[in-house]
Amino acid sequence: MSEHLKQLKIFLAIGIGGMIGAASRYGISIGFPVTNKLPIETLIANLIGCFLLSYLLHVPFMKNTFSKESRIGITTGILGAFTTFSTFAVETVVLGEVSILLATGYVIISLIGGITLCFCGYWMANRRRESI
Amino acid sequence: MFLWLLDGKSKAGKHMNLLAVTIGGFIGSILRYFLSISMNKRLIGTWIANITGSVFLAILFYFHSIHMLSDFAWLFLGVGLCGAYTTFSTFGNETIQLILQKRYKHATSYVFLSVSISLIAVIFTLHLLGY
Repeated sequence: MSEHLKQLKIFLAIGIGGMIGAASRYGISIGFPVTNKLPIETLIANLIGCFLLSYLLHVPFMKNTFSKESRIGITTGILGAFTTFSTFAVETVVLGEVSILLATGYVIISLIGGITLCFCGYWMANRRRESI
Repeated sequence: MFLWLLDGKSKAGKHMNLLAVTIGGFIGSILRYFLSISMNKRLIGTWIANITGSVFLAILFYFHSIHMLSDFAWLFLGVGLCGAYTTFSTFGNETIQLILQKRYKHATSYVFLSVSISLIAVIFTLHLLGY
């Protein structure tokens, strides 16, 4: 297969993954009522996405089962689009207008939760490897 | 003639909302990937995507809040495109990669520079627009 066609396949895989990821994030957001408190829907999407991305990047099952294009489509495409940084930033600033404390809490929960869940995903993926 | 399709409350309108987010997600994630492969380091690509996406979303948020941007355009450009263009999971994973490589200084500055610069840029943008 030519290089160009390979590149095109990766772009398409990421695009399709992005469609699934963005639609899922939107699905979560309409499931929650609009409040002026913590933006729970973005937080949930970001935390779930952090765990899943870390797990899928490190679990051997992915490498053994899927082609490179499918893997990039799932990780960079679906999970990259499922989580969002821009909404997090804008929501923090808007929340800061109401309460600085809530905005600070939102940033801290997102960061500590996100990084902790990335570690959890990493550990879970590697624990499986050791048991096999 | 087809304006009823853009009415978010009708059944067809709800499908159009989902379609707007989905197409936005398609474009946004390809843009992010394109940016990350055109940079020498993927980390810098993610950083640039997150900062520029945050500023663009702040602009869209302002025009949506003063009703100069329709709900449909907000869902397409804001929720779909900007949402997919920026990413939190890759940001988190790049951070733990740095921590696992024991590059603690890099990890701290990556998190600090991503969060602080994006927040300052969003505050500055909204202030400039008069929000």
